[in-house]
Amino acid sequence: MIGFAARRLLQALIVMLVVALLAFTMFRFVGDPINQMVGIETSIEEREALRERLGLNDPVPIQFLRFAAKAARFDFGTSYQFRQPVSELFAKRIPATLELSFVSALFALLIGVPMGIYAGLNRHSPLSKLFLSVSLVGISLPTFFIGILLIFLFSVTLQWLPSFGRGETVQIGSWWTTGFLTVSGLKALILPSITLGLYQMTLIMRLIRAEMLEVIRTDYIKFARARGLPNRLVHFRHALKNTLVPVVTITGLQLGSIIAFATITETVFQWPGMGLMFLQAVQNVDIPIMSAYLILTAFLFVAINFIVDILYFFIDPRLRVGRP
Amino acid sequence: MPYVSNEEAKSAVQDRTDAQPAPGRLARLADSDIFHSFLRSKITVVAAFVTLVLFALALLAPWVAPHNPFDLASISILDARVPPVWMEYADPRFLLGTDDQGRDLLSGIFYGMRISLIVGFCSVFAAAAIGITLGLIAGYVGGRTDALIMRIADVQLTFPAILIALLIDGIANGIFGGLDRKVYAFYILIASLALSFWVQYARTVRGSTMVEKNKEYVQAARVIGIPSVIIMARHILPNVMGPVLVIATINLALAIVTEATLSFLGVGMPPTQPSLGTLIAVGNDFLYSGEWWIAIFPGLALALLVLNVNLLGDWLRDALNPKLR
Amino acid sequence: MSVLEIKDLTVEFPSRRSVFVAVDDVTLNVEAGKILGVVGESGAGKSTVGNAVIGLLQEPGQISHGEVFLHGKRIDNLKDREKRRLRGRRIGMIFQDPLTSLDPLQTVESQLVETIRTHLPLSRKEARERAVDLIASVGIPDPRERIKQYPHQFSGGMRQRVVIALALCAEPELVIADEPTTALDVSIQAQILELMKRLCEERGVAMLVITHDMGVIAEITDHVAVMYRGRLVEYGETGQVLGAPGHPYTKSLISAVPRPDIKVERFPAVNYIEEAGTPQNQLDIATHWLGKTQNYENVVGPLVRIDDLSMRFETRGSIFPSRRKYFQAVKNVSFNIEEGETFGLVGESGSGKSTIARLITGLYQPSGGSILFGSTELTSLRNRADVLSMRRQMQMIFQDPYSSLNARMRVSDIVAEPIRFHRLASDNRQVRQIVDDLLDHVGLGAAAGRKFPHEFSGGQRQRISIARALATRPRFLICDEPTSALDVSIQAQILNLLKDLQEELGLTMLFISHDLAVIRQMCNRVGVMRHGELCEVAECDTLFEAPQHDYTRELLRLMPSMDLLSRANLETA
Repeated sequence: MIGFAARRLLQALIVMLVVALLAFTMFRFVGDPINQMVGIETSIEEREALRERLGLNDPVPIQFLRFAAKAARFDFGTSYQFRQPVSELFAKRIPATLELSFVSALFALLIGVPMGIYAGLNRHSPLSKLFLSVSLVGISLPTFFIGILLIFLFSVTLQWLPSFGRGETVQIGSWWTTGFLTVSGLKALILPSITLGLYQMTLIMRLIRAEMLEVIRTDYIKFARARGLPNRLVHFRHALKNTLVPVVTITGLQLGSIIAFATITETVFQWPGMGLMFLQAVQNVDIPIMSAYLILTAFLFVAINFIVDILYFFIDPRLRVGRP
Repeated sequence: MPYVSNEEAKSAVQDRTDAQPAPGRLARLADSDIFHSFLRSKITVVAAFVTLVLFALALLAPWVAPHNPFDLASISILDARVPPVWMEYADPRFLLGTDDQGRDLLSGIFYGMRISLIVGFCSVFAAAAIGITLGLIAGYVGGRTDALIMRIADVQLTFPAILIALLIDGIANGIFGGLDRKVYAFYILIASLALSFWVQYARTVRGSTMVEKNKEYVQAARVIGIPSVIIMARHILPNVMGPVLVIATINLALAIVTEATLSFLGVGMPPTQPSLGTLIAVGNDFLYSGEWWIAIFPGLALALLVLNVNLLGDWLRDALNPKLR
Repeated sequence: MSVLEIKDLTVEFPSRRSVFVAVDDVTLNVEAGKILGVVGESGAGKSTVGNAVIGLLQEPGQISHGEVFLHGKRIDNLKDREKRRLRGRRIGMIFQDPLTSLDPLQTVESQLVETIRTHLPLSRKEARERAVDLIASVGIPDPRERIKQYPHQFSGGMRQRVVIALALCAEPELVIADEPTTALDVSIQAQILELMKRLCEERGVAMLVITHDMGVIAEITDHVAVMYRGRLVEYGETGQVLGAPGHPYTKSLISAVPRPDIKVERFPAVNYIEEAGTPQNQLDIATHWLGKTQNYENVVGPLVRIDDLSMRFETRGSIFPSRRKYFQAVKNVSFNIEEGETFGLVGESGSGKSTIARLITGLYQPSGGSILFGSTELTSLRNRADVLSMRRQMQMIFQDPYSSLNARMRVSDIVAEPIRFHRLASDNRQVRQIVDDLLDHVGLGAAAGRKFPHEFSGGQRQRISIARALATRPRFLICDEPTSALDVSIQAQILNLLKDLQEELGLTMLFISHDLAVIRQMCNRVGVMRHGELCEVAECDTLFEAPQHDYTRELLRLMPSMDLLSRANLETA
């Protein structure tokens, strides 16, 4: 177990290093950082002084190490657009994105998993076919268009729910703000989280259905039926548990991508999260925010994948107990 | 062991049909299980028809569209934001109404679909070319080459396509900052889509290649003395193309959606060469003022196109999966 | 009284084109404590009989006619729910492949306990006790410890014992075993058969054994039913049917079974079955392209000398050499193959015999030792022209006819590829002529070239493989289990073809098989392999009559006895 976890941790660390290298390359070589930081009237001597102070004249590997060390403390310097420390900008916006992603993931799992199991076990039932058709529409509608449709229907036409922003938020601790504790905050969450969760939900449903169909065809399921085990046992103890092995992996990946897809939803709903900020950074070539976002999302993905790997270890005895 | 007893009945049926003489290529296709499963699934036939119609409309846009939205002489700002014909204040010239600059929405959709499809096809081809090549090499050569390619793929896979496309676009903005977006947007878009989708092809092709590599027909070719490059191209490639075709179809839908999303976010096609996503982005600003059609119609066209391509992809996956037959 | 009675059973599989009758009007009885064997080749419908009895026919199969009785009570028309109550409780089932029959995520105990408690009103604790007893009774040592383990911790033979224990959980009256030993090695097969026989007698269980293997039938069954294309062609006491078969199909089937005790020059032609495959035009080998000798070097002494050959595979990679783990597939093996002879390699799965074939053909690089072909050292061959010349001189025929041909190429292109690649013909017309002649010569007819591999049956595909191997005009042919995937009657034809070709063309052959009986029919000299080591090399007849090594003796002892098979048949058929 410890060896297994250590190996995975090492792999995660390597991924983070590669990502940091990418972020550094972007920071250092896309445009001249000095030009972005100073005005046109700054003299060449002042620029040189700033360059020296920032260590941009040091050898590149040393610059990278310094960058990585700072990145580990989430210090990415100052945003070109806002002239504020990047870490402060992110601290303000992380809660909004995480709350949205959490509610969406919950929505996707709680609805997607049962639908997938049902459709896998009852392949020919009309309800499964309905699920499948709905899911196909779900993956065919682009996320942003779902958002637009929902806004058009529930905000513009019916005027039931707000179309932008987080509503009222409550501050918890020194920097976390939550929308969970006010009515307007909760109402503001509904449309964005459905928009964000719908695509993941259909994906999870289709995945579980496909895996279920694969597992149902295996010999050990046939043998379980031939032993006269009731359907309840065959389906849930044998089929579902074997389905979980691949499903957990891919679901983990999907949940990770929710955070990235939040960028789109945040744009449609003007949700004050870090995705919206990242998009503005992309349009304005605000490299510090781009690299910070890259490293932060990479860290979240890697963390999720690590947890998934550990889960995997508990589900599958073949990883746990060796052959005699 | 080949004594898979439950397959006996099936293989016996197979044997009987095999006994017939070999008919021509077309006759074989018409008689094949794939073609039959196509005809049996009514929804697939409809989807194929709709897809063909949409492709034709898009490709022939300059000839079939009622107006040319790029002809500045023919558009008038006085015609701006005219609603569709069945509403009040409509203009019979504009079936689905006009956008904020007085361009006919229906024609705009045809032209936009054309750009969406061109971007979609180009990026799918580019992604498939990169992915298939790397996947074949990784799977066939194995060892360190394989490890290197697949680690790159793994790292990339942790990031969703949309994020990679956004990053590449951001970097391009930084590098080509001085140039007009119009010049490079198209190529950057294709490059970023191709670079975000190649992993799927590479992983699938690598997996199938590793299976095929150990099959005896490949070993037989090696025993004959045929060099690796020819074995990969002539023997393995045709045998791994089935899954690639499925991915490519589903990928086309995904590429169209991603392109639309990027354009919607303002980092894709510029308003001077609008794709469907750009049209929706423009229309989104008028949603609250009651001019819903400017966003909704291009959106529905996009959804219709993607849905039908997805339907075809779904059917193709099931039809090519021997286990589900 | 019969435990199981099958009356006039007909099972149909409707398909797009036609209705396929898998089982046609079959009537059988099984008595308590007795074993009935159902034997037949692929497509005979024998598995469908078992599936029909237990009510697990694959879609869209259906019983269209006939009745099935269990202890006099009709069971084929029961509702699904009632059928499920029979399964496991009154009818147990044993599947072919123990590696895939058990849920990999559950311990053996939990699979046993859930099955016991589904059928018997026992507490969890009682069920657990019973599970331990069962595991002990199927001959698994340390039952209390091993029952806590997961399936992947058991070997194939042990897993099949667990499968048998699961089938016996609720003391069923009838057990259906579908190819119970096909996936197992000879030595383990013998143990499992013995176990089944013992359990059947001790517990008074009626058993229906479905198999393609005459050896299994001869070894354990009391009665035998021979099926051919869905129909029952012969049914009676095992000794009676095997000793004095009445139906021509049974006769030809028995005559096609290779025997470890008798060597025949040729198998009797079995035309009853299909595609006997005789050439349309007799080739005059002396003048034909195929017979023209190439300027191969003259060899004094053995054609192939293998000396101290070793091969290890890395099973766990690591950047630290000390932490790498290896599997030693071939250990210091030495033997010679004389020009013109057939040298046999025999051994169980994993004994390294196929690895040796792949080392000689250059598919693997050995980790030690030398392979001398004539005067050329193969392991140090670097020059591309030399490599190609060697490739041309030795060819290989593979085991699996379904994967050894590229499904996307026409048969004529498959056979032409080596000729074109090595530029063995002057122009395209000559290539086409040679391909047609080759296909005709292996008994397929020249028209076969226009088709694709999937249009052929297993035996026909193996003929295509042989034609492809001949297309380089090799002098040395390696046959790696060339018939182990084929039905016994087809095997007889392919073995005959190989013998004919060897005689005509003066080929030297390395013949690899797990089946001692086949080895006996084909080889001049034999090497016995075990765990990567060569135990014994001897003249074929000497090996079978006076084996020296303990392992050889053990293998011979475990061969299913063929004494029941009629000797007379060999001459008459």
